[in-house]
Formats: sequence, structure tokens, C-alpha cells
Amino acid sequence: MKELDQVVIRFAGDSGDGMQLAGNRFTVVTSLIPNDLATLPDFPAEIRAPAGTVAGVSSFQIHFSDHDILTPGDKPDVLVAMNPAALKVHLSSLAPGGVILANVDAFDERSLSKAGYSSNPLEGDELSSYRVYKIPMTKLTLEACKDAGVKPRDAERSKNFFALGLVSWMYTRPVEPTIDWIQKRFASNELVREANLRSFKAGYNFGETAELFESQYEVAPATFRSGTYTSVTGNTALAWGLIAASRLAKMPLFLGSYPITPASDILHELAKLKEFGVKTFQAEDEIAGAGSALGAAFGGSLAVTTTSGPGIDLKAETIGLAAHLELPMVIVDIQRVGPSTGIPTKTEQSDLSAVVYGRHGESPVPVVAAMSPSHAFEAAIEACRIAVKYRTPVYLLSDGYIANSSEPWTLPDVSRIEPIDPNFLEEPNHVDDEGKPSYWPYIRDPETFARQWALPGTPGMEHRVGGLEHQDGSGSVSYDPLNHEKMVQLRQAKVEAIAKAIPPVGLNDPDGPGGADVLLVSWGSTYSAVMAGVKRVRARGMKAAMAHLMYLNPFPANLGEVLGHYRKILVPEINSGQLCTMLRAAYLVDAQSISKVQGLPFKTAEIEAAIMDVIDND
Amino acid sequence: MTDVATTNGKATSRKDWASDQEVRWCPGCGDFTILAAMQTMLADIGARRESTVFVSGIGCSSRFPYYMNTYGIHSIHGRAPALASGLAIARPDLDIWVITGDGDALSIGGNHFIHAMRRNINMNIVLFNNQIYGLTKGQYSPTSEVGSVTKSTPYGSIDTPFNPVSLALGAEATYVARTHDMDRNHMMEVLKRAHEHKGTSFVEIYQNCNVYNDGVFSDITGKDRRADYLIPLVHGQAIRYGQNGEYGVARGDDGHLHLVRVEEVGEDALLIHDESLENPSQAFELSRLARGPHEPTPIGIFRSVERPEYGYEVARQVAEVEGKKGIGDIAALLQSSGTWTVN
Repeated sequence: MKELDQVVIRFAGDSGDGMQLAGNRFTVVTSLIPNDLATLPDFPAEIRAPAGTVAGVSSFQIHFSDHDILTPGDKPDVLVAMNPAALKVHLSSLAPGGVILANVDAFDERSLSKAGYSSNPLEGDELSSYRVYKIPMTKLTLEACKDAGVKPRDAERSKNFFALGLVSWMYTRPVEPTIDWIQKRFASNELVREANLRSFKAGYNFGETAELFESQYEVAPATFRSGTYTSVTGNTALAWGLIAASRLAKMPLFLGSYPITPASDILHELAKLKEFGVKTFQAEDEIAGAGSALGAAFGGSLAVTTTSGPGIDLKAETIGLAAHLELPMVIVDIQRVGPSTGIPTKTEQSDLSAVVYGRHGESPVPVVAAMSPSHAFEAAIEACRIAVKYRTPVYLLSDGYIANSSEPWTLPDVSRIEPIDPNFLEEPNHVDDEGKPSYWPYIRDPETFARQWALPGTPGMEHRVGGLEHQDGSGSVSYDPLNHEKMVQLRQAKVEAIAKAIPPVGLNDPDGPGGADVLLVSWGSTYSAVMAGVKRVRARGMKAAMAHLMYLNPFPANLGEVLGHYRKILVPEINSGQLCTMLRAAYLVDAQSISKVQGLPFKTAEIEAAIMDVIDND
Repeated sequence: MTDVATTNGKATSRKDWASDQEVRWCPGCGDFTILAAMQTMLADIGARRESTVFVSGIGCSSRFPYYMNTYGIHSIHGRAPALASGLAIARPDLDIWVITGDGDALSIGGNHFIHAMRRNINMNIVLFNNQIYGLTKGQYSPTSEVGSVTKSTPYGSIDTPFNPVSLALGAEATYVARTHDMDRNHMMEVLKRAHEHKGTSFVEIYQNCNVYNDGVFSDITGKDRRADYLIPLVHGQAIRYGQNGEYGVARGDDGHLHLVRVEEVGEDALLIHDESLENPSQAFELSRLARGPHEPTPIGIFRSVERPEYGYEVARQVAEVEGKKGIGDIAALLQSSGTWTVN
């Protein structure tokens, strides 16, 4: 038994090989050790890309450790390659001296040729710098299922469980949780259950008996702060955050949504949770997703629409109306590679400019971004809080990486989260010329500029709202030039007022403000790689500071001051420099963009190199 | 959610339903009589202002909510059924009207229009059809007839128009009616029935735009020729029209519906109108009798059948799950995919 402090494993195979499932089960048992962990699922957009081709390769990476980690790891130490295409795609990212667990049965002439190999790499020198284990996974799986009554073709499908069993043995993961899970998950299908169980056990036992491996490895439990933990993906945490917000506001949750990758899982999750009074509506299109949410908002629901890149273009007009009506709604954008259809299953942060600026007319909308899978819970509550308090649409940004990755999460005590007060108005707030009490929908709170909001069904508060410019106060249609200017300013002032209520941006600089040579500014999912990169640079004795932005519009009130302490500012983004441009415009600082647009998150090493580059060239 | 409190129960009059906004349609516009019919009907049936919401899109007709002393949203071009869908699902207690036009409902908003009807969501869609774009000053619309000369079709329109009643029937609508702006009583009756109907009601109103498309429906709606061009649909009665009831609708030997002379076929051969037929085929055939408003055209309720209402079904599922699982517990939800504890 050898002790390791951390390991990165990548399960890779054809889309039909069940690699996401194997990765997810491995994640669950790893969380039970408990190790700290971070995952990175990466799969093609096609449901079944041509089998055996490099386009059809699906992978799941997990980084687990006995200490606090932030990212899913730059380079895998172990690559499980279920076919030649998986090896072809992922070999270059494997760490030097890394382990390859190859399903040798899949390396036949046809599969090799489909993957673009002219000769079998398992037989030449090509892999001499790695530790290669050639394992007949298909054959052993079929053997294990021989007497189970399963047809060979069906039995072969269980080979992901063989791989999972083998890796579980190598890294001394407990087997019971996986066995329990298989028994429950396939309770109604005896043959599949039996095949999966046998294959899993066969994989585990193969590790133990084959004498192929020098030793097993152990990764000691990480030190977690005391508490109860679970492992969540970003989409699940986000859905739960919306439910928590609904409870905190005592407003029923309404979700209007149209299916789109990678946001659909939020719709799926909320559609299941009807016991929380959630109403989900799969609309006819993205526009109706937003429109139905706005209609539900008018009726007093906590209204949400979820989408990804292309959807926000279609929803833009409705969001502009919501900003104009001053009704709360949350628009969730799980960003993916764009423009156009782009690469639907890959991650990007390229919608930032679109959500901040992308509507006609002067149409300010607050923007909040989740920074990690578990943080999506808190970010969802915060987006709802701002929407309801200020009577405004709010964009909640996540991305494909956060959406599908998972990490351990200390369960929050929801009863301790500050309630959200919708503060509905139930009595008239105005007296008309004839002395009769009436309701004016655009009378505002003097501090927040939020308007007084009455719901249909309330007698005496009947009123009309609409997309035509309206008089401040009364809400009557008005084409008065000065009133329009005032309304534009009021709507802007209302969004700017949010800066007074949100926390100041935190500065992470051990030497105090201005102490470091360079400031890194992260937002959204770049947090993890940037933080890890900054730590590595510091470990080399260099001085780097970091500030992370959860609020992208408006910026925290102290952001200008924080930036002002540093001569060198780096803004790493999975886009071409959108936040960087916004910071330069808002604060006249010489921020520099570190851009990556490959559909993948930053690696720690990339951030480290970028920081060293700036420090070295000083 | 706010509980709906009843007002003092006092009867309202038409003027209680009028807002303080000045009505700004062109003098002589058919919209005025529709507004009056709506306000009068709602007062007559004892509807409650606080529970009534008018939702509209964009266009002349879509200014309607501003003139109703109820709750209202003047929304986005074509999107009124989308907003109304969300509101109706969230608030099954409300009485929701969608006011739309031929461009708003059938062109830019075609998708929301058909999906609202197939779902049977609780809303009454009232389409003011004037076969022209009025607010943008005179372009042809998706109901303009082939050959219509408008600002955007100076050599005549080449688009085949939609027949809104046919479209609604094809979209699984459960209540489909047509009326016109020259008969306030008929309008009120059709709107009242729409109000009573559970689910989506669709009412097409032939409405005269006296500025850009004056008289387009005058054969049917004008008092002088109405008898010969307006085919009244009355449930349970033979379909018959003409100054002296000399014409009617009958099914021919070819299996199709035809306009007939009663003296030629005999009264017994006339088709008895049945709005409650589950199969929409006959209603559809009736909607195809006229190729345009210059031929005898059926007016009335084409179809009125029952089907589960969408918002009710959504609420039923929620209640069922709550009943089975109990009201959701957040702490339990957060632990639902397994936990581990560190001391």
C-alpha cells in the first residue's frame, strides 16, 4: 500500500461506454473517504457520435486529495482508455510517467483505423514513457457475465463497471456504496443489475489477483472543517438555491424554460421537486420561457427562466420589458461555447458582455455569477434577493464547467439565511384629484428606488403596466421628453444603488493592499484555477494578489479602490477579454486580459505561467 | 400568494370598468365598439375588476388594457399569450384576457398563439382581425387577401392568408368563435361564453379599420347585405341565412358542405349546428365555407368542448406530489444525494 497526497484520474471512452457514469460513481465513493475533490466531465454534443471515432470520445476527470484542492487538475496521473480513440484524444494531456489502463480488446484493426492509428500504439514504443497496463476488459467482462443469462452484446455494456471496479481497487475505494447503488438503480432489471454487479466485482478482483500492479494506493482523508457534507453539481446546487430562495421569500417558484444544453438539468431537477410547490413550464420556445416567467412575476411568483447562450438572444426583448416594468425575475444563463450553436457541451464565459449590455435602449440589468458548483446555491439566492428587493430582472451566470462538475459542499443551514421580503403593497399609496385613494405603481423607495408593487387579486389596486414609457409615480403612458430622461436615470440609479447593499470585493493580498506585484481579477468559474495559480506563485516566493468578482453589474463599491492599489492587473477569462474591457472602461486602469477560448477551463499551470511572465518582465 | 378578497359585492356598471385613460384609437375605429361590449359584458355578468387581467402585445388592439380599469399588461409584439400562460399557471384564480390583432397573434406571435390553445390554458384570446397592419400605417397582414394592395404590396399581396378560425381548430382549441364589431349583442354573447369556458377560448372579431382597410368586412357586417352574407351559427339549429332564410348549409352527396337554396334541398337536409362535437372536422369545414369576407361567412361559436385546463392540471400535480411526499423540507433536500459528516 502506497500513500499519495493527490491523484488525477481521467476515465475516457466512446460516448456509449458509460464513462460519465463510471466517473460519477467514483466521485461518490471518493467523497465518502472523504477526500477533497473536483471533477471535470467533458463529452461530445452528439448523443451518439460515430462509435469509435475521436469525435465520439467522452471523458470524466476527477482530482482527489488529502488536502484542500480547487481544480480538477491539469494533467491526469491515470488515463483509463476504453478504446483507441480515447487514447488518441487524451494521451497528450497525460502526466509524464502516467498510468494508462487500456482495454486491449478494443484495440483491433478496425477501431485503430477509426481512431486514425496506422499501427497499434500498445505494441510499439510510442508509449514507452508511460506505465501501460493492457487489460482485456471486454473479455473479462463477458467472462464474468457468462452464466448470468445476459446476451453477450448486453454484457459487454457493463465494461465500464469493470473499469470502475479496477480503479476502485487501485485507489482503495469502498465497494459497498457502489454495490448498493447498482442494486437500487437496476432493481427492476435483473439481468442488467446482475451483469453490472458481476463486472464491477470482476474488475475489483482482477486488481487484487492479477499481480499486474505493484501496489494499491491510498489517499488519506482530507481535513474538512466540521460539518455535514454532500457532493453537488452546479446545476443541482443552482436548482436547490432557487427553491431555498422561494422559501425565504415565501413566493411560489415558477420556472418557464425551453430545453437547452447545458441548462436543461435545472428544469429536470425542479420538475421533480413539486413537493416544494414549484411550477415548471416547458414553454414552446425560449421567448415563451422568459415571457411566461414575466407573466408569473406579475402574479407574484418568484419567476425564473433558465437557458444557455443562444437562449439569451431570444429572451433579450422580454428582459428589456421586465426592466421597464420593474418586475423581478431571474434569468439563468449556463454559458457555453458560442457564437451561434458553437460547441454546446463545452464551457465558456463569453456571454458577459451580452448580459450586461445586450438589450436595446437604456436597459440596465444586475448580473451575479456563480464561482463553483456549490456556490451556485448561494448565487441563486442572491440573484433572487436582488430581483425581489429591487423589482428588477437579474442575470445569474454559470457555465458548462460549473454546471456539470461537482465538489464537496458543507450543507448550509437554510433557516439561518436572511429572509427575502417581497414587501407587497396591499393598500393604496396615493390620493387622486377627487380625494379618492388609488394605487400608483411607480412610487419608489427613496433609498433603493424600488417601486411599490401590488399583485392582481388585490381590490382597489387595479393598474396597468406596459412597455410604453410611463410617468414616474402614476405609471400612465407618457411621451414627455423630460419624464423619459428621468425614468432612464431612475432605472439606472436603481441598479447602481445595489452596489451599496452588496459586500465589498475581498482582496486576497498577504502583504496588504498594494503589497503584491500583480493583482489577478477572477469572475465565475475562473476562481478555482486563478486561486490555485496564485498559490503556486506564492509558493515560489513571488507576490501575487487576487480579487474575485461575484457581482458583475453593478461592481462592488470598493472595486475601483482595490484596483487602484496595483500597477499590474491580470484578468483571466474564458472569453476574449470581456470583463477586462469593462474594468478598463469603468476605472481607467491598465488591466491586461489573459484569454483562453478552447471550451475548457484554465489549467493552474496556465495561470501560473501568465503571472510569472508578468513578474519576470517587470 | 395573495388571497383574493371579494369586494363589497356591489354590482358594477360599464363605467366602473373604464380606466381614466383617454381612448386614443382613430375616430370611427371598430375597436371602440369592442371596448364597449367588453366593459358592458363584464359589468353585466358581475365579474370582479381585481381578479381580471388584460394582457396584450403590440398593435392598435393591444392598447386595449390601458382602457380597462382592471389589472393589465401591455407587453411585447406577439408575446401576450406567453405572458398570459405564465400568469394563468401561477394564478389559476385570475380571469385572464389576451387582446391581440391579426399581425400580433398570427405573424410575430404565431407560435405562442397555437401552443396556448393546444395546452388549453385558462385565457380568453380575443383577436381583432382587420386584415391590415394599422399601427405601422398600412402594410398587409397574415389575414390580408391575395391581391391586397398595401404600402408593402404595391403590386398586390401574393401571400395566402391564414383563416384564424381554421388555424385555431387545427391547434386543438376547445372554444372557437367568430363575431364582428357591428353587432354589440352578438359580441357580448360570444365573449360571455368565452369567459365561462374553461381553458383557452378563441374569439375572432371582424373589426373595421376605417383608415387603412375601410369596409373590408362590409358585405358581412353592413346592415344592407348582412342577411345574404352572414351565416349565423346557433347551436342546435339548422344553419340558415338570407333575407327570408332562403339559403342554408347542407352536406352534399360528395360528402362536403355546400351553400344551398332551401327550396331546392328541403329544410330537413340543412345541417344542424353542433358546437359540442368532439371531432373538430365539421367545425373546420364550416370555417372553410368562405374563402374570404366577400362570400357568405359563418359567424358564431364554431366549437365549444371540454378538456382539462392546463393550469388546473399543473396545480393538481403539485398537490398530488405534496400529498404523497409531504410538503418539501429543504434540509432533507440538501441531504438527498447522500452526506458525510466531519466532526
